[in-house]
Amino acid sequence: MSDRYTLAIDRIKCDGHGVCADLVPEMIELDDWGYPIIRAGAIPPSVLPHARRAVSGCPTLALRLQRLAVARR
Amino acid sequence: MSIALLAGPPGAQGMEDLAAHQHRLGALPSPRALIDSIERSSLRGKGGAGFPVATKWRSVASQPGGTPVVLANGGEGEPLSRKDRMLMEQRPHLVIDGAMLAAGAVGADEIVLYVGADHVGAIQAMHRAMTERPASERARLRLVSAPVRYVSGEETAAVHFINDGIALPTSIPPRPFERGIDGRPTLIQNVETLAHVALIARFGDEWFRSLGTGNASGTTLVTVGGAVPQTVLIEIPQGMALADAVNAAGGITSDSEAVLLGGYFGGWVESTAAWGLPLDADALRQLGYSLGCGVIAVLPSGRCGVIETARILAYLAHESARQCGPCTFGLRAISASAGRVAALASTPGDLEHIQRWAGLLAGRGACRHPDGAAGLLASALRIFAGEFQLHEHDRRCGVVGAVAAAS
Repeated sequence: MSDRYTLAIDRIKCDGHGVCADLVPEMIELDDWGYPIIRAGAIPPSVLPHARRAVSGCPTLALRLQRLAVARR
Repeated sequence: MSIALLAGPPGAQGMEDLAAHQHRLGALPSPRALIDSIERSSLRGKGGAGFPVATKWRSVASQPGGTPVVLANGGEGEPLSRKDRMLMEQRPHLVIDGAMLAAGAVGADEIVLYVGADHVGAIQAMHRAMTERPASERARLRLVSAPVRYVSGEETAAVHFINDGIALPTSIPPRPFERGIDGRPTLIQNVETLAHVALIARFGDEWFRSLGTGNASGTTLVTVGGAVPQTVLIEIPQGMALADAVNAAGGITSDSEAVLLGGYFGGWVESTAAWGLPLDADALRQLGYSLGCGVIAVLPSGRCGVIETARILAYLAHESARQCGPCTFGLRAISASAGRVAALASTPGDLEHIQRWAGLLAGRGACRHPDGAAGLLASALRIFAGEFQLHEHDRRCGVVGAVAAAS
């Protein structure tokens, strides 16, 4: 089975550069002040590479991937 | 009416000293399985979030990472609340007893008493109470005055201040119970919560449960203000109807359209719905309300809910730690728009904006400051919907004289 991920933000580190919303618009939009709003739920597998690029491209290192707790079956 | 924390000499007599405290309640007990007893008591934290106390203690007790620390939180930054400072002024030994018991239960060797610097009477009483304790206890107690600021009492801000002298929230994880004061697991508990523990340890969880009304457990401290003769602290059985608590505070002095329940992080409730609400943290949560830190503020006639809400939002925007963008800029924008609507000077889109922004802030700060402000605003938009429309579209206030009085 594969792990499911979401994006998490350190809100204090985040300066609203907006790079993440450019790199992974499927998961992130910006609010009226340029700060990210993360879509709820797991990142679709096809989007995961973009999400990883957004994490490594964040100028303030505020973005990270977070493993979602999965119910064991 | 059942009272527990405030039983004993009247509050006007000032603090109960150690001799009187022990004469009335006996020495500090050392109960076995205190956490189990607290769990059966259903005691929840009284700082605002209402987290189950036993669960928190177990988390701290089982954390790796060093000997735990206990922080008794008496920061009480909420402007409408008086309960923590008055409890510390009148019953400091209950708070210290509770903190000692907490330290014993989670294996802590140090206790920090964190008291708002502007609560001068509370600091004096806590200090005097500390000096009355035996040397073995005194050695483990440290009194710290907290900077006068709304966020100072927030858990991570308290830890940050004690560690680095900066009373601002930090990012989680780590949460304080994982890594807090000096990097050690830290149990942060509101001072009222600790005082309840001091009594549960002496009289048991069954006794505590029996103090509540109906299914509710124990007593709780509430600050009643607004359209009552004066702002008062009262202790009520949990589950008591809101109207009965207001009557116990002297009754309403004017008609009232709405009640602010839970303080600045709570929400407005229409009076007709409010009077019958049970003042019990669990029951209120199920009904979609929050007892918060126990504030009941009755909106007096002649005061406009839109104006009062704008005033609170301006305060909360000012009190933002300004570390996180959505809080810094979002609250500032909300406050500016709400202020214009309140003052009958709205610009196009103001009301529409705040309606949208109210749904955009929750969960988008390191701490829950933006969540609190957004919740208050959402309740105002619901309860005072007509009044907001009147202010924006008709540029008039439905409450005679309120705008002039506010400016």
